[in-house]
Amino acid sequence: MAKTRELDTSLVSQAVSKLVQEANFALPDDVVEALEIALKREESSRGREVLQMMLDNNGIAADESTPLCQDTGLAVVFVEIGQAVILTGQNLNDAINQGVKAGYSAGYLRNSVAADPTGHRVNTGDNTPAVLHTEIVSGDRLKITVFIKGGGSESVGAATVLQPAAGVAGIKQFVMEAVRAAGPNPCPPLIIGVGIGGTLDAAGLLAKKALLRPLNVANSNKKLDALEEELESAINGTGVGPAGWGGRITCLGVRILERPSHIATLPVAVDISCYCLRRASETL
Amino acid sequence: MMTTDNRPQTAKSITTPLSPETIAELRAGDAVRISGTVYTTRDASAKRLSADLRAGTPPITLEGQLIFYMGPTPARPGHVIGAAGPTTSRRMDVYVPDMLSHGVKAFMGKGRRSAQTRNVMQASGAVYLAAVGGVGALLARHIGEATVAAYPELGPEAIYRLVLDDFPAIVADDIYGGDIYEEEWPKWTSSPTAAS
Repeated sequence: MAKTRELDTSLVSQAVSKLVQEANFALPDDVVEALEIALKREESSRGREVLQMMLDNNGIAADESTPLCQDTGLAVVFVEIGQAVILTGQNLNDAINQGVKAGYSAGYLRNSVAADPTGHRVNTGDNTPAVLHTEIVSGDRLKITVFIKGGGSESVGAATVLQPAAGVAGIKQFVMEAVRAAGPNPCPPLIIGVGIGGTLDAAGLLAKKALLRPLNVANSNKKLDALEEELESAINGTGVGPAGWGGRITCLGVRILERPSHIATLPVAVDISCYCLRRASETL
Repeated sequence: MMTTDNRPQTAKSITTPLSPETIAELRAGDAVRISGTVYTTRDASAKRLSADLRAGTPPITLEGQLIFYMGPTPARPGHVIGAAGPTTSRRMDVYVPDMLSHGVKAFMGKGRRSAQTRNVMQASGAVYLAAVGGVGALLARHIGEATVAAYPELGPEAIYRLVLDDFPAIVADDIYGGDIYEEEWPKWTSSPTAAS
């Protein structure tokens, strides 16, 4: 068994504060690269203008430390905890929320969390609580990934539990229905996360995690890789285009994750990201 | 398959409040550059504004105005405003009739409106403009002044009075029933190879 390692959660707070700002001020390199490729492939002049604005915006945001988008999102925080890590100090959940609060304040980010969603929906004032997903892994390190999710793209996600007989055709149909219903609203060109299998909740988590795989990394599962390409081509065939104003590029990539499901079910979740996919990681 | 390209056009410069003559010249797909005063709303402020309008206690005058669906990030010291791009207009469709009956002549946001909302806008002679979403740092450079005009307690959802300076947008829905989404998508559609 690996030797244990103590890690004070104040370091987690500091990392989260830094990551929420980093993610909001600059696009990941793979997203920039995908936009540059899209700019070369887009045939619509208007579409190319929109893609160029997205690239220019990234430069301005980074130069000025102005957020890429005024919707600085709900912070979704994935933490992989090596089982040899012993966390000391504040409770991990509190430490993460403290990091979110500090980062949103220091970075002049917008507080976008409504308390009591079925009631008065008063702003919590510090963008907490974050959504936290922890996973125990091997080793003595702790990896934090912050994923900033805006409301416009989150609100067009969809999940269902299909019957096994629906098969891959049913999955494709469900994904395409979600994308068509979303239309121009979630800021295309989109990145589509698809989670298949497990249970309804597990499929939802897989769909969000699928969006974390960089756009220049192929799916290691050949069957899913082919399905991703097929869906990407079909989504680009809708003609929605950049900003929804018509064009060939409606999608920068489809990312799929799957896991075993119950013999009676075929859960599918679709998590749609705007072009402005914001993520940042650090390993402690 | 060749399609007719939507050539970049010279943007029309328009100034708020938009006159009926200016609105009459706008066609779906026209690029515009907007200057002048506009007011923001979004979920919480639109709901409250709608209620105040019905109660006869409007906090701002809406006659001839352009409503911009937007909630900015806080301004850094020395800056007019933080990131300031459009939010999804569809969520505010429900409040459009109240805004129209108090004289609003233009709305700006991102995405598509419901068919019903397009119809009531058209009937009132109001246009819907769309701006590019997710480029709030760039768009902030086209905002010269920003002050809170109403509901400061709503924070980022307060009603802001902005003075725009050549703010880039496109006419999404004109007063003749033209809709950019309906007109553009079929030009760029290709039949899916397998996924349906």
